[in-house]
Amino acid sequence: MITFNDVSLVYPNGTQGLKNINVEINEGEFVVIVGLSGAGKSTFIRSVNRMVTPTDGELLVNGENIIPKKGKELRKLRTSVGMIFQNYNLVNRSSVIKNTISGRLGHTGTIRSVFNLYPKADKKLAFENLKRVHMEEKIYNRADELSGGQQQRVSIARVLTQEPSIILADEPVASLDPPTSHQVMTYLRRVNKEDNITTIVNLHFIDMAMEYADRIIGMRDGEIVFDGLVNEVEEKTFEQIYNRPIREEDLRGSENDASASGE
Amino acid sequence: MMPQLQENKTDKVMTKNSVYSVYPKKVKFQITIIFAIVFSIYFYSLRETEADFLEFFSELNLIFEKLLRMFPPEWSYIQAAIDPLIETIQIAVVATTFSVLICIPMSLLSANTIVKNKYLYQTFRNIMNILRTMPDILLATIFVSFFGIGIVPGILALTIFSLGLLAKLLSETIETIDPRQMEAIRSTGGNIIQVIWYGVVPQVLPNFISYGLYVFELNVRASLVLGFVGAGGIGSIIDTQLNFMQYQKVMAVLILLLVAVIVIETISNALRRRVV
Repeated sequence: MITFNDVSLVYPNGTQGLKNINVEINEGEFVVIVGLSGAGKSTFIRSVNRMVTPTDGELLVNGENIIPKKGKELRKLRTSVGMIFQNYNLVNRSSVIKNTISGRLGHTGTIRSVFNLYPKADKKLAFENLKRVHMEEKIYNRADELSGGQQQRVSIARVLTQEPSIILADEPVASLDPPTSHQVMTYLRRVNKEDNITTIVNLHFIDMAMEYADRIIGMRDGEIVFDGLVNEVEEKTFEQIYNRPIREEDLRGSENDASASGE
Repeated sequence: MMPQLQENKTDKVMTKNSVYSVYPKKVKFQITIIFAIVFSIYFYSLRETEADFLEFFSELNLIFEKLLRMFPPEWSYIQAAIDPLIETIQIAVVATTFSVLICIPMSLLSANTIVKNKYLYQTFRNIMNILRTMPDILLATIFVSFFGIGIVPGILALTIFSLGLLAKLLSETIETIDPRQMEAIRSTGGNIIQVIWYGVVPQVLPNFISYGLYVFELNVRASLVLGFVGAGGIGSIIDTQLNFMQYQKVMAVLILLLVAVIVIETISNALRRRVV
């Protein structure tokens, strides 16, 4: 469970990332955060694994306030909160399996990880997770030899290898085409349901949010302007969140509809 | 719409100056001034140092005469030069190894992608800059006075000299890595050493190997010069033979050296091409 109590964040340059956020995300929920770029979606998500640090308030993850955490405590938090990025952020020159096993770093001693002395169970876990996203045939390929969709699937395998209780995904499909986007969202959704991992995804495509989310949170200017289950949402809701009429670029399009790509 | 707007604007500028020119007038003027200044510095320096290029041409025959005294090379002397040559290469190998090892922490500490603390970063940057301002031959002279004639001062001088160079090259490479790859490793809960090993090393390794080989090549050549101030190696015997005016022996050593340097650089170039 994740609880935001009056959380605010002001960046050193004075930009207000979050303004008095109060929200509770339950275990096993699949939450999609929508909003225009600059609305604070990334800041919200990155606060949960403390890639950014809120300047005010209290942020509880699994019952503990994570804002004052540092050093070892912080790394422990990060092992239980996995993260997926818009640009996949795989280490380009390393192999697929090496990228995947790096999900175990937080659980592995420094010396062991430097010499690749992972326990057999960890290696098996990494391989099994690659199998789950159907990447088991490419384990020795270098990450930069893969297509965007394949790289994002490897990054899902990396996150799963962390065995996290929460997965954060920051615009995971913004760099992908519509069919691949649906594939990646389907994997995230399946992992969420099968492993009961709380999942928070940032998206700016309305149709994808509607298709995959249990619950939608809308953000504008660092504030939550909508919070509700997906069946409470209608087109007017998005117009309120975006503060403007819906355009075609806000839609990703269906799985077979390559022409509706927002790129 | 946009291109046309731009065209109109250029048209206006051109008609205003009423000339068609690739460079603006102001740039042309500046370049002319700079050339004039550089040339006057040349002539001033030539006059003040009393360097006379005409003398060089009028005494060309003297130079040839000296050159001819180097031939034929005294091949039998190569025998005696082999050991010092090996010593030179050993100095280069040891110095390169030391500097490669020491430069790793140095360059990490002076890269702003790793060290976020401004003061720490600046301190290490400055240490590195000071290292690089010291000429190798000066270092060698100082160390020879400390440790006496031999290979130890050569190794120390080259280690320090190549450390400055390597740390600079490597830290600048580390500053150009993709921070997002590092961020991903950080988000898995890895500690700083794991983040460096998994997120930074793969990105800089090919360049690092290439720099190491390049510095090794430099060190082979530099250790030669250091021999002249008593830092061991083949430079010492060239110095001795020059003093005795044994030009034929010197020539033999130079040819041996040329071959050795070509062989080393060919191997090192081939290795470098393979890693990058």
